Amino acid sequence: MRGFLPFLGHRLFRALIALWLVSTVVFVVMRLSGDPVPLLLPPDAPHSEILRVRAELGLDRPLPTQYGVFLGNVARGDFGRSIHFREPAFRVVLGYLPATFELGLTAFGLAVVIAVPIGLLSAMRRNSFLDHASMGLALVGQSAPTFFLGILFILLLSLKAGLFPTSGRGDWTHLVLPALTLGAFSMASIARLTRSAILEVLRADYIRTARAKGLSELLVVAKHTLKNAAIPIVTITGLQFGTLLGGAVVTETVFSWPGIGRLAIQSIYNRDYPVVQCTVFLSAAMFVVINFLVDVSYGLLDPRIRSH
Amino acid sequence: MGSSIPVFAPTDARPLPAVSARSFARGRRAAWLALAGMVFVVLLGVVAVAAPALAPYDPVRQSLRTRLAAPALTGPDGQGHLLGTDHLGRDVLSRLIYGSRVSLVVGFAAVVMGGLVGGTLGLLAGFRGGWVDNVIMTIADAQLAFPFILLAIGIIAVLGPSFPTLIVVVGLSGWVAYARVLRSQVLVLRSREFVDAIRGLGGSAGRILLRHVVPNVMSSFVVIATLELARAIVLEATLSFLGLGIQPPTPSWGGMIHEGREYLDTAWWISTTPGIILMVTSFVVSRTGDWLRDILDPTLRGE
Repeated sequence: MRGFLPFLGHRLFRALIALWLVSTVVFVVMRLSGDPVPLLLPPDAPHSEILRVRAELGLDRPLPTQYGVFLGNVARGDFGRSIHFREPAFRVVLGYLPATFELGLTAFGLAVVIAVPIGLLSAMRRNSFLDHASMGLALVGQSAPTFFLGILFILLLSLKAGLFPTSGRGDWTHLVLPALTLGAFSMASIARLTRSAILEVLRADYIRTARAKGLSELLVVAKHTLKNAAIPIVTITGLQFGTLLGGAVVTETVFSWPGIGRLAIQSIYNRDYPVVQCTVFLSAAMFVVINFLVDVSYGLLDPRIRSH
Repeated sequence: MGSSIPVFAPTDARPLPAVSARSFARGRRAAWLALAGMVFVVLLGVVAVAAPALAPYDPVRQSLRTRLAAPALTGPDGQGHLLGTDHLGRDVLSRLIYGSRVSLVVGFAAVVMGGLVGGTLGLLAGFRGGWVDNVIMTIADAQLAFPFILLAIGIIAVLGPSFPTLIVVVGLSGWVAYARVLRSQVLVLRSREFVDAIRGLGGSAGRILLRHVVPNVMSSFVVIATLELARAIVLEATLSFLGLGIQPPTPSWGGMIHEGREYLDTAWWISTTPGIILMVTSFVVSRTGDWLRDILDPTLRGE
């Protein structure tokens, strides 16, 4: 038997290990890239200048020392200076973060608001036309490549129908297509899982009891089914929120959305490694935090999980 | 635990599921669908191998006179371009046919690589247990803990885009799926009586693993490999679309979608034809995985 705090402690420990492994991989990849100093200096810089900058960046010290310094810097949010923007990489990335949050939260909200009722209705009207149609669409949505969905939306809803702008950030019309694109996969997954979770609960004995005592179907679903089906739904929803961050790279590029995903791709083309590392690390950190919160909400929703 | 009573090792470690008429009909339907899905993949393979014979034109030959020609049986130069031409006058159908080579080669190579790494680590983690298991599963959790595409982008950005890099990155992105499933199955198998019996009869760990454990996890392995193939093909196309995969002028579906983006308004066929083929391929292959799972291993459904 374990209490809630040890449960949290265990989860937190795992989250920290994951973050440490991510930062180590970032360090190794960065070292594989070779010497960044020639990128920082004009091509005709004298050798003494190169040596000076190398010493200034600590690149002349042994690798284990560099690794220790790197970990310390990461812990303090210091990822070095952006080569392209000429300011701290962390500050650059923070500037692009609100756009990503705006897109991610809209996509996530849209996915949940559309998918949960669809999954619920499909489960209640099992084997109806609605069930078959929406689950068929969900299967397509789960296997369709995100970037091509975005291009299809642009072609059909923007260029042909003229309903929404093709790219950029502005009023709410700019948000619709990228949010739909980014949310499509999550929407499909959440709808399918909601359906199967509700079906699972509807088979339980206490639902038969609730029906037998004459409760209306609405009350059965509202009072007895939804709460019990909540745990798998919350899990997949939380995990989906994490994968949205990865999908943002592709969606932001397709729609020229000024968020950290597009920043990461552009920084790769600019060979601006400090910014690339910072976005990779920040995304991983957010993902780990969200997973941790999902675990915590588990424990709150179902006290049995704490003691297992 | 070593049991001293010799028993015969069953050929299949799982108990036979109860078969109702309904689930039998379902299984038969899944078998036909899975077969159809595999026929699709084989056909795609034939197209890829026979590309030089099937493609009506050279996929990289440019022709400025026939730029952006719409799909037609006969084009402006008297030659037909069934799916039109792109911004450099290259035949879209021919590029599509050659592009299937990239998708299949990267897809299958990545599946083989991910399967070897993930399968070995999963078997090892499940069979050895202890700290080996702990280390392998912590790394697996860490990899699942963040969006892999970002890491893939970082690695490719540093190493430079090339065929081998692409295969390694796409392959390594998938090892966790094999490792987790095989580990959990080996954990169950390891405690079965027939393993104790073989050990009691003097069978070595290697013999138990290769002769008795591996055949029992093969069906799960095939299911995951099929699902992973769909994922690998889409990931390759995504990376090529972002300019980090196959480099021009080699035709790849993701690259074609990228090139056609700027001409979406005037020449929709450049992006949409490879996109639709990619979508259909991804859908059919991942559904084939689902159907195979229904036939071979219904216990995997929750994964």
